[in-house]
This record gives sequence, C-alpha cells and structure tokens, in this order.
Amino acid sequence: MDKEQASPRREFIKLTVVATCGTALCKCNKPAGSMESASEESTIKLLAPDGSLVEVARSQITPLPDDQLITGMAAREGIPGKRFVMVIDLAKCNNARACITACQKMHYQPEDKEWLQVKLMKDSEQGAPYWFPKTCFHCDDPPCVKVCPVDATFKRDDGLVLIDNDRCIGCKFCMAACPYSTRVFNWDEPDLPEEIAMCTSSPETSVPSQVGTVDKCDFCPDMVRQGKLPDCVTACPNGVFYFGDEVEDTVTNGVETVQLSQLLEDRSGYRYLEELGTKPRVYYLPPTDRMFPYERSLEDLSEERKAMYKDII
Amino acid sequence: MEASTFDQVLAKFKYPLSKPSRSWWLLMGAMLVLVAFGLVALIQQIVHGHIVTGMRDHVVWGVFIVNFIFFLGIGYSGAILAGIFHLTRLKWTKPIHRIVELFALAGLCVGPIFIFLCIGRLDRIFYIFTYARIQSPITWDVMAIMTNLIFIGTYLYIAHIRDFAKLRDTDVVELPGWKKKLYAKLALGYEGRPRQVEHLNRAQNILAATIIPTAILADSLLAWLFGMSLRPGWHSTLFAPEFILVAIFSGVALLIVMMWIYRRQYQLKDLFTDQHFYYLGYALLLLSIGFAYFTFSEYITEWYNVSETHGRWLDKFVDFGEFGIMSLLTIFLAIVVPLIVLIVPRFRTPASITLVSVLVLIGLWLKRYLIIVPTLETPYVPIQDMRMEYLHYQATWVEWALTLAGLALGVIIIMLLNTLAPVVPVADMEHDDEIVVPKPFYETIK
Repeated sequence: MDKEQASPRREFIKLTVVATCGTALCKCNKPAGSMESASEESTIKLLAPDGSLVEVARSQITPLPDDQLITGMAAREGIPGKRFVMVIDLAKCNNARACITACQKMHYQPEDKEWLQVKLMKDSEQGAPYWFPKTCFHCDDPPCVKVCPVDATFKRDDGLVLIDNDRCIGCKFCMAACPYSTRVFNWDEPDLPEEIAMCTSSPETSVPSQVGTVDKCDFCPDMVRQGKLPDCVTACPNGVFYFGDEVEDTVTNGVETVQLSQLLEDRSGYRYLEELGTKPRVYYLPPTDRMFPYERSLEDLSEERKAMYKDII
Repeated sequence: MEASTFDQVLAKFKYPLSKPSRSWWLLMGAMLVLVAFGLVALIQQIVHGHIVTGMRDHVVWGVFIVNFIFFLGIGYSGAILAGIFHLTRLKWTKPIHRIVELFALAGLCVGPIFIFLCIGRLDRIFYIFTYARIQSPITWDVMAIMTNLIFIGTYLYIAHIRDFAKLRDTDVVELPGWKKKLYAKLALGYEGRPRQVEHLNRAQNILAATIIPTAILADSLLAWLFGMSLRPGWHSTLFAPEFILVAIFSGVALLIVMMWIYRRQYQLKDLFTDQHFYYLGYALLLLSIGFAYFTFSEYITEWYNVSETHGRWLDKFVDFGEFGIMSLLTIFLAIVVPLIVLIVPRFRTPASITLVSVLVLIGLWLKRYLIIVPTLETPYVPIQDMRMEYLHYQATWVEWALTLAGLALGVIIIMLLNTLAPVVPVADMEHDDEIVVPKPFYETIK
C-alpha cells in the first residue's frame, strides 16, 4: 500500500470491505462489527479496486478479522512470541527528515510535532558532528511506565511501551521521568480531520491524538500486525532504520535483512546512555565510514532550522 | 493571669468573631476578586488547553508545581511546628499555637489545587482512584496529602474544642444566635470536667505525636517525586532532608509574618511579645544557616567533579542569561540578609525580623523555582527546537493569575477560620495548668 492509500488507513482497518480499497467515503466512527446491525435496506458506496464506485448492502459487509483494530486490554497484551527491536545506523543518516514526515503523516501530526526527531550530536570537542535520529527507545526498564499513576502507559510482552490515550490524565510525570525527552504533549486541541478525530482510540495506532494527553513513537504495532514495517523504516531513503525481532535475531531496513547479533557485533552496536540503566530496545551503530558529510545535510536547511544547531556547528 | 484577663483577651477578637469588621470585608472582597480572576484564567486553560500556560514539552511543569511544593511545604511545616510546640510544652509558644495550625490547614488545602492545575484531563481525575497504581509516586503523594489533611484537620478541631466551649459560655463577645448554637454543637459538650480534660489532652498528645512523622514523611515523598527521576539536579539523595528543612524554614518565616500582622490588627503586644520575635528570629537564623549548608553542599559536590549533563545544568546557575540572577537573589534573600540582620543585635527588631521573614518567603519560593525549571530545561538530549517557547520556560498571565488566586484562597481560608475562633487559643491559656503540667507523655497515651 503506498502513502496515498495509507493515509486513511484507520477507516481501512475498521471497514475493510473490499480487500484493498481505501474507504474515503465512509465514516470511521463506528467500531468494527457494528455494520451488521444496520438495516438491510441501507447501502453504502465504496471504491472498488478498479477505481469504479460500487454500491453494497450494509448487511453484506463483514470486517476482515486480520485487520481488526486492537483496542482495550488486547492492546496491552503484545504480539505473542515477539520482542521488537530497532537498530539505527548513524553512518547513513543525512538528516533527510523523510522518517519524520512519514511518521507525522501516519499519525496525523502537524509539522511541528515530532515523535521522531533527528538531532545533531557532537560527543566531544574534537569529535565530528553526526545526525542522530531518536525514536522512543521502548526501554525494558522504562522510567515513564514506573511513574504513571493510572496505568495509561504500559510495557507489553513484545517489548513495546505504549500509551492508552483514553486512560491518560495528562499529569506529564512520564514526560518529566523520561531521560530521552521522547514524549510529546497535546497542549491544545489537535487539528485533525473530522473522521480521524472520531476514530476509536487505540494504543497500537496512537490515533487520534487527544488534547491534554501524552503521545509518543509507538513502533507502529498496527503495521507490524499487517506484516509491514513502521513507516519511518520504509520512508528513509538511506536505509538508516533496521526494525525486527530479537527472538528471531533478525532486523531489516526494507532493503536488506540481517542477523541482529551479527550486525551489533560487526558494527559495535551500542545503546544510547546505557549508564542510565533503562535498557533501551533501540541500538545505534556508530557513525564510522559515513556515507555523507554532515555539512552537506545542513546546506539545504532554512536559516531558521540551522539556528537550532548553533551549539554544535 | 486572672480569668478576667483572658476575657479581655477574648474581647479583642470581638471582630470578626461577633461580626466581621469593615476591613475584614474589604480584604475578603479583594481576595475574592483575585480568586475570580484566577477562575477566569482556569476557564481559559480548560477551554483552550494547557497551551495558554508557558509549559511546553521540556518544561512540562512550571509555576504550578513550584506553588504546589511551596504551599504543601507551608502546610507540612505548620503540622510539624504544631506537633513540636504541643509536645515540648514550651510555655512561650502557647499564644502562637493557633497561627501555626491555621497555616498548616490553609497550606494543605491550597497546595493540592496546584497539582490539579497541572493535569491535562481534569475530566478524568477520578482515574487516580479507579486505576490507581501503587508504584507511582503520584499515588503515594495522593495518599500522603489525604492522610495529612485528615490528621491536621482532626488536630485542628481537637485544638479548637476548648475555645468553642469558651465561646459557647462567654458573654464577653456578643455572638449571633446561630453562632452560639454552632459552638454548642462543635464543643461536643465540653465543660472542663476532669475526665473530659484528660481525654482531650490524650487525644491531642497522640495526634501531635502522629502529625510530626506523617508530615515529615509526606514532605519527603514530595521530594522523592523528583529525586527518583533520572534527571540532573533532581536525582539526589539530599533532596528529602533539604525539602523538610526548606519547608520548616518557610513555615517559621510565615509564622513571624502572621504574628506581626495579627499583633498590629488586634493590638496583641502583650501576647505576641518582642521576645516571641527574637526567639523565632533565632530559629530563623539557625534554619538559614542550615539552608546555606544544604545549598553549599549541593553545589560544591556537583561542581568539583562534574558530569557533562550536570555541568550544563550547573552552568545555568552562574549564567546571567539563564538563572544566574535568580540563584544569586535566592542566596541573598534566604541566606545573606537573614544572617546579617539576625546575627547583629542592633539590627534585630520585631519589624526587621518580619521584613527578613517576608524576604525569606520570597527567596524560598524562588528556590523551588530553581529546583524545578533549570532541571527540566536541561534534558540529556539537546533540545534543538525552532520554537522559542520550547527552549525557555516563561510563565504566562494564566499561571500568575492562578498563583495569586491560590494565595488569595489561602488567605480566605485563614480569614474564615478567624471568624470561627480567636487567633490566640484563649481557653487553652486560661487553663494553662491543666495542659502544661500533665503526666509524662508515655503515661498519657497508655
């Protein structure tokens, strides 16, 4: 599914009428299954795979079980037998920011809300700067989960740390507790398309954003359930992100699939701020033999954006 | 003193006990205006979201949390001081017992409001109970605050019973009929019979002995809320003791200020004597030295060998573009001025000690600001944001309006309690012997 079709994917998950069609014409505010209760007389217009409009009786619509939206307690269980892990290759990043825009599109976030950020880092005075993409680290000992007073953010068996936005009371303690500044708050009412704002909230999709609650990178478990990679992974033009499963010892950036343990061994993979003891599930490969000089990535940036890095350059 | 002397004391509180005076109404009106202004700000915050505050993704807590710590500190220190004053039976503290109890309750009522203001979804606030997680320090704090409110509320009531009985029986102050009836109910039939005296004393002893550790523990919990976070400037073992010292420091300062106000208002020179100011001035001096010690200890250990992030954090305290002025001001207000004024005998007068106390209160509010904001502005990962308001925290009018409203609410609570009972525990002082020379403590709780 390409980007254009992916954008209304919430509706897709809920309705899934004809195997691959987007359902731009349908509202998504009804949970899956509720269609059956509608009157048999009523019909609904749908887009067929060949692009033509067809009319289907509502009673004929059955949701595809594979694509059901996972909500509630089920979303707290995790995908059985998986331990998700990410490897980020710092040698390949040139701050193309495709991961950020893909993530924003995926989660209906405005331009200034970055769940995924690319920082310019410099480890020592003599050291060379490098671009540092930062997702949520989905720590195995997450300081954010410890402090949540209402169990709104939780750790799953498959390693993911997710947020239930219907539960979150917005105390922001998790944001203060996270040493990696991963979490983002909805300070005002998010500007969402109406059909997205009406969607059933799910920790797996992290959509829709709700005012007064906390959002963050979720490793896109809803995509994984469909056998797809998170959008940041596929969007990256340089193959920086490797996503995979620790149990299978495999990670892939969409182009090459490699053995996790071998990759970490060969490239001296490390975890950011290991000394904090949070046990992140994201590994970094040091920026050795870089593909791009960091300056070249700066050239295209606006003066305003360049000013962000004034402490480094 | 003769009983009639105490009647004279009671007569001084004719207003607002019989009916509030004009100045009482004026002050109350001003405070209500402030509260109303705060409500306007609150409505803004609820309608538009927290975007109307200066808080953003890095500084997720601002002035609200500063006030939260400040007012709870006042409340807890009031409880600690009330317990200490009662148990040590220091005779000179007798007239000021009531003041301490008043601000203990007011602080503990106002403080929690500020944590509610930090909550993004007030409509879900009951989740704190329905989905409570015992691992979360916020849950501990909820329990601690409620426990303390119950204990301090009960203690306050017990400490008022003798005065309620006195007001029920007195004709020194003309009271409206409904108030007489109210006092008759509130006094629970207390008539000073030996058995009643014994029971009351025992209850007060037990509660006084309980509220000291509960308040210390609750204030420590407040410190651990931050101390347990992996953040430079917060992750410190020193935090809990420092919070308690700072709380008591602010409590003694507020006690002096309130003493001075009441002394002027009710002409209580013979009850709140100059000696009271000197004694409490010495306490203030000791606490100031303790505060200096904690501050020095905190900075010297961080500075001598410093990690990269702690270094970035510490640099902000000496950078005048950041928090340099504020940290110097804190040291000046809470350490330098108290030391100079309170050590040199020539400078020590009730007025100067009161002025120092006001400055100390301001300094200790700033200290809490310096605990919260610089740490939140110094994350491990550099901020690198294009939006200025995300780089530096700047409180908005909404936050200041609600801060003033909280302060005004504290004043209102105290003023309302003033209409209910005299500022000096008259009946307690009248029956001094019954309380001051009881059996040893361990016998009374048997």
